[in-house]
Amino acid sequence: MATTYEAIATVTVGSGGAASIEFTSIPATYTDLKIVYSARNNRVDTTDHILIGFNGGTTSITNRQLYGFATSVGSITSVPRSVGYVNSASATTNTFSNAEVYIPNYTSSNYKSYSADNVDENNTSGDNGLWLTAGLWSSTSAITSISLTSNIGTAFVQYSTATLYGIKNS
Amino acid sequence: MPTTYEPIATTTLSTATASVTFSSISGTYTDLVVVINGLYSGTTYGKFTFNSDTTASNYSYTRMLGYSGGVLSDRSGGTDGISLGSTRGTWIAHIQNYANSTTYKTVLARENAAGTGVGAYVYLWRNTAAITSVTFTGVSGNFDSTTTFTLYGIKAA
Repeated sequence: MATTYEAIATVTVGSGGAASIEFTSIPATYTDLKIVYSARNNRVDTTDHILIGFNGGTTSITNRQLYGFATSVGSITSVPRSVGYVNSASATTNTFSNAEVYIPNYTSSNYKSYSADNVDENNTSGDNGLWLTAGLWSSTSAITSISLTSNIGTAFVQYSTATLYGIKNS
Repeated sequence: MPTTYEPIATTTLSTATASVTFSSISGTYTDLVVVINGLYSGTTYGKFTFNSDTTASNYSYTRMLGYSGGVLSDRSGGTDGISLGSTRGTWIAHIQNYANSTTYKTVLARENAAGTGVGAYVYLWRNTAAITSVTFTGVSGNFDSTTTFTLYGIKAA
């Protein structure tokens, strides 16, 4: 039987850091996409939002997020491209946030709905915890590239990694 | 390398449809994954049932939700929880150890509708039978055309 769950590309950030993590020229041969990343950025704080973009653009993206911190829980739409928190420069050393982003039917002519599960635990009482995100890119274009950037920080630090998987439904 | 994540069945609706069933699910996998992507016209949640068991009291769930009204965590009977919204959403469920015939079945699901809400659910079907079919029902409306339903099987070894 043909392989239906394949790694398309992996990005590993080197010693100089990287302003963004990009997957480009994504083939249209799959049904769904899944991104798995482990990341940390250089914002001088404990956390930052990590943002998603499609096809070189940052517009027409909305979301609904549910988060749980040490002593609070909430739901927001105020950072529409966020897929959750990323550990930043003031977070506990060596801690990275992990996440999965699932994008079904990425080549269809319908709007693109996606799901993200993100964790950023760093053994402090600060704003670390977990994020669930429902996202929507209101575009009928097929997704051919995906970017991950920071909301305030300017770079992902060394050892941040992200892998893009393709999943076929037949 | 052996293939351990396989598509079992998929369907794309060409017209608005109230019910979709995956039947004759073989017991050759360890876990199942369902991905629904599309639109749902109902004013209440859609739901799912296993093996044509429509007795609501055999099902229960606990959930946490984020929505325009804030957040909540609660529990209830039944399997309501499929929400795709009016702008397109995604519902993903993992059905662990579905083929065993000794334990009740647990389902972990994620609801994703950016326009209405985001949530995580844990469901329990209080039945020890192996799952051989799953039916998705639009309780108060239809799953709209272009909605896709895909069932994957995952093998532990």
